[in-house]
Amino acid sequence: MPERDLPRRPGRRVFLQTAALGGTLAACAKQDGDSAADQEPNRLGKPVSDYGRRSPFEKAARKFRESKTPEASASFTPLQDCHGILTPASLHFERHHSGVPAIDPKQHRLLVHGLVERPTVFTMEDLRRMPSVSRVHFLECSGNSSGDWGPQRAPDVQRGHGLASCSEWTGVLLSLVLGELGVQREAQWVIAEGADPCKMARSLPRKKALDDVLLAYAQNGEAIRPEQGYPLRLVVPGWEGNLNVKWLHRLKLTPEPYMTKDETSKYTDLLPDGKARLFTFEMDAKSVITYPSGGQKLSGPGFHEITGLAWSGRGRIEKVEVSVDGGQTWRPAALQEPRHRMAFTRFRYPWQWEGGEAVLQSRCTDETGYTQPALEELIAVRGMNSNYHNNSIKPWKVAADGSVEAA
Amino acid sequence: MAAWKPHNSLFVRLAMAALLGAGAAGAQTATLGLGRAATPAEIQAADISVSPSGVNLPPGGGTAGQGADVYQRRCQRCHGAKGEGGEEGPALAGGQGSLATPKPLKTVGSYWPHATTLFDYTRRAMPFNQPGILTNDQVYAVTAYVLHLNGLFPAGQRLDAQSLLKIKMPNRDGFIPDDRPDTGKSAKKAKR
Ligand code: HEC
Repeated sequence: MPERDLPRRPGRRVFLQTAALGGTLAACAKQDGDSAADQEPNRLGKPVSDYGRRSPFEKAARKFRESKTPEASASFTPLQDCHGILTPASLHFERHHSGVPAIDPKQHRLLVHGLVERPTVFTMEDLRRMPSVSRVHFLECSGNSSGDWGPQRAPDVQRGHGLASCSEWTGVLLSLVLGELGVQREAQWVIAEGADPCKMARSLPRKKALDDVLLAYAQNGEAIRPEQGYPLRLVVPGWEGNLNVKWLHRLKLTPEPYMTKDETSKYTDLLPDGKARLFTFEMDAKSVITYPSGGQKLSGPGFHEITGLAWSGRGRIEKVEVSVDGGQTWRPAALQEPRHRMAFTRFRYPWQWEGGEAVLQSRCTDETGYTQPALEELIAVRGMNSNYHNNSIKPWKVAADGSVEAA
Repeated sequence: MAAWKPHNSLFVRLAMAALLGAGAAGAQTATLGLGRAATPAEIQAADISVSPSGVNLPPGGGTAGQGADVYQRRCQRCHGAKGEGGEEGPALAGGQGSLATPKPLKTVGSYWPHATTLFDYTRRAMPFNQPGILTNDQVYAVTAYVLHLNGLFPAGQRLDAQSLLKIKMPNRDGFIPDDRPDTGKSAKKAKR
């Protein structure tokens, strides 16, 4: 046994045990003789390394459309290849408005000003010294599933639902920082601005800012990735993705919302009468089956575990029901514990596929009692042009040969 | 602006304790004292946010004629000669009266509720490939031109902080508060 594996000062007992073991091994070797010498020895694997990589056999990847302005674009999480409730940071969806800035955390500052008693500049080091929390939350772009309003449905769960991901975020509660600085009574809104080239900005109501919003610097155990806002971003639990301002460098407390481009021209929901909903912050409860889902093929009749994800911007997922007969009957799926509030909840449902055609779908209910609607229900209220916030039930059609497509 | 008070003064500690609603663990609510006071100069330099009521609109101004020049050099390539949009940029003009039709065209003229947003966004984010390159005068001028393309500002008039605030956008009253949940048992009200 190599010396470095022994306790530094082996007591007598340890020494005796080691000696005894050595003796036993020697005896075994003798018994086996030289028979192993003719065989190829096992080759050693790769040595230790500084930063891990996935197996070269694994190919899960984000997808994105060709664009003339790929810096103002989006990439979609391969939900069909994700397990459990956490999305690897490398596969977390992206939506940028002027590309990913390269930020040196030593140079990065957060300025908090406006209607606070003590306008303050924080370094990343200041923020890391503060009491921290870690919370599991989903992020979803409110444009997720926008392609599914019309007759041309997204062909797979990645392109249909992949603008949603879920991470464990670590950072400081915004309420703590604002409490430190003394929020004035007239301050009703917080204007959050990123350090990206276009200085993307959104208005956040005071009540939410003082509730559960995070100034996050870590994601799934490591520093936030540049595409996700390195070194600092807002995480606004349950609220539409665009509010979770990345590369956060400024917060201004104001009496009024600032009606920025991304809360007027974009991320407002046009209704049939030509009026549009403003500040549609919360993401309605939503679920989708990730296996079997569009583009996949069942390898044969018999047992398959139907699985998928459910989430709600209004709290915890209380129930997911699955239908395997086109919505005639619904049965409860098993929910993975613990179920975090405003987080992905994994559901599972055992299924014996007889080999014929089947339409599979899931619907969820959150802690407020709200149940995910069918697309027709949404269209009846919102018409065809509201674009954002499509949280409708997603049916998948299994053909007799096992291939799956959007129903 | 409020003067900076050192965090460790007894007064501030007591005030903070009260603010944070010091409970049983009162001793732990003392302030952290992290960060440093922001100077008025650095706040002014960083604060590019313009509110719909005109807070922080800078001095300066420009006409649509001057703006046409800026537009042709810096915007047209992506947004089209008359703001009709192109492969690299969305439409900036047109679409008025289309919002309640099956093919709504949302533009500055047809959809945006506030002209201040156009100034704020152009200054912070455009031109797309070189944000921040325009002077305040150029931003006023090109804002005037985009409004002019939408029939919302006369060609010869100078756009500045005062005249910008006087512009009433056609869709100013086109927005309603979020009235979700809007389906099922949870619906806040019967169908619209
Ligand atoms: C290289 C192409 C390009 C150039 C040049 C450019 N833009 Fe843009 N513009 C874009 C893109 C792309 C967007 C959408 C950005 C996003 O997704 O957030 C946009 C968005 C806008 C919008 C918001 C439109 C809406 O309805 O939401 C305005 C207003 C605008 N640009 C004005 C200008 C002005 C004024 C200039 C010249 C000073 C300019 N742009 C130059 C590409 C360009």
